[in-house]
Amino acid sequence: MARPMTLTEKILAAHSGKADVAPGDIISIDLDLVMANELSAAVAITEFRKIKGATKVWDPDKIALVPSHFTPNKDIATATLSTMMRDFAKEQHITHYFEVGRGGIEHVVLPENGFVGPGMTIIGGDSHTTTYGGLGAFATGVGSTDIAAAFATGEMWVRVPPSIKIILEGGLRKYVQGKDLILTTIGRIGVDGAIYGAMEFAGSAIKDLPISGRFTMANMSIEAGAKNGIFPVDAIAEAYCAAVGKKDYTVYHADKDAEYQSVVTIDCSKIEPQVALPWLPENTKNASDLNEITIHQAVIGTCTNGRIEDMRQAAEILKGRKVHPDVRAIVIPGSQKVYKQCVTEGLAEIFIDAGCVVSTPTCGPCVGGHMGVLSEGERCISTTNRNFKGRMGHVKSEVYLTGPYVAAASAVAGHIANPEQLGAPVAV
Amino acid sequence: MILKGTAHKYGKNVDTDVIIPGRYCNLIDPVELGKHALEDLDANFVKKAKAGDLIVADTNFGCGSSREVAAVALKGAGVSGVVAKSFARIFYRNCINTGLPIFECPEGVDGINDGDAITVDADNGVITNETTGKSFKATQFPKFMQDLIAKGGLLRYAEQRLAEKKAAKEGAMHDRAAT
Ligand code: SF4
Repeated sequence: MARPMTLTEKILAAHSGKADVAPGDIISIDLDLVMANELSAAVAITEFRKIKGATKVWDPDKIALVPSHFTPNKDIATATLSTMMRDFAKEQHITHYFEVGRGGIEHVVLPENGFVGPGMTIIGGDSHTTTYGGLGAFATGVGSTDIAAAFATGEMWVRVPPSIKIILEGGLRKYVQGKDLILTTIGRIGVDGAIYGAMEFAGSAIKDLPISGRFTMANMSIEAGAKNGIFPVDAIAEAYCAAVGKKDYTVYHADKDAEYQSVVTIDCSKIEPQVALPWLPENTKNASDLNEITIHQAVIGTCTNGRIEDMRQAAEILKGRKVHPDVRAIVIPGSQKVYKQCVTEGLAEIFIDAGCVVSTPTCGPCVGGHMGVLSEGERCISTTNRNFKGRMGHVKSEVYLTGPYVAAASAVAGHIANPEQLGAPVAV
Repeated sequence: MILKGTAHKYGKNVDTDVIIPGRYCNLIDPVELGKHALEDLDANFVKKAKAGDLIVADTNFGCGSSREVAAVALKGAGVSGVVAKSFARIFYRNCINTGLPIFECPEGVDGINDGDAITVDADNGVITNETTGKSFKATQFPKFMQDLIAKGGLLRYAEQRLAEKKAAKEGAMHDRAAT
């Protein structure tokens, strides 16, 4: 009899041809999808060329290359990296290459095109590859050399992580979304609280989370040091797969008596909209207690909160309101599809009327690249996932992490605010 | 291999954004990257670091982004190794894959001060603080990783796996032909 396994262990066992695996085992897994962006791909391609015997990638249909970070190219150095990736995609007949204007941010693009499904093994040359765990995949970020080896072999060595169970219970309050739950979780366990581990989410509150919210949470599991974050697959997940045309996937369930390294229970009904203060995602506080912090910029978008649901939340607050005179609000839909939906649903108009910049999809300001870099002493409220020193620009600028509701409300108030603290919309 | 140099000591959660800020992630050349190593944590680091020096840090070193250039930038700045209480996992993998020696050693970190002269025997993980005369033993890598390092890193391992797969495929074709 195979030992009882967690969800992550089940997927890893199935992809390594073993009846069971246990934490600490070092195994080789077959990969279902390998992703890279222009920064990680450039280095990976250089390394791939050094592998003797590797002239062709293992499977051109199972690799996705997505220009995301500094695109449309912000400078010559970036243009050079993008060209390297584009040329490689042509040379190797990579099926899933998303040119600028036809893609967006990698972690928004792959799921919405039906490339991600339950039970898959996915690695990406980007730490937020953990996002895909929102749909019940084992997904983790790696460096470029790992990507190069995976391009050649289609496999990767993994140390099976111990699993940490995060039980989310209770109903969600108004304006509380996935971002608030994951910030609360990281605030509770710390930025190294899940180091080397798998965060397996469970509990009754999951049914109140759309897949976009689960992506947000799995995305930030790396911010607690986790190898991966993973959600159980339910009817909502299966409906998402059907909607994006993802077929042929395998649903795994954790065994009842599986072993967890620790169990953390979170009462979601007590959670208010959250903000993480500089310089770590674990420095969480209630948005309503931070009204004295004035802001210069608000960023709404990215792989964490750049999906249509996030855009709708921001628009709900900005409709009929104006961005504060001292604030620049930058809205960045995560992909061309989301961008188009913002236009057809009238959200783009709401943003523009409120006085926001609406940008083409890009990581841009999230990584201090372009489209909203901060100067010394500036403070930015942002729906991104990292608030490390210098992340968005000058080493003495500050990033406050939050969800779209609070980011939009703060843009209007000119200081950090919970939407409940805003007056009624007035502008028409 | 013996690593020898001055210790530059830092605290917890040194993230890859301060090891090499995002604004430089469009660089590839190790020397160019090295010029900006740790810039946002300690603007003087590059000026004061000499080739062979080691970084000593608290828990969760290298947390954050998967940027492999973080390990490359440290190497480019002349850093010969990192001793920490623990490492973030992607950084840990990247170091093994790119050949930057790392050592997990909580006691060693507590027993080394900024500016101490240290020596590390990379083969047995013994870290000696030459300033105080005390020695510490780093956690051993699992066998698989030791082999990987000994083989010359991940790319050599990938070559071996490719060869094995090719042989298995040819073997299978041979079997089919025989039946
Ligand atoms: S949006 Fe930010 S966190 Fe997400 S992939 Fe881009 S740079 Fe990384």
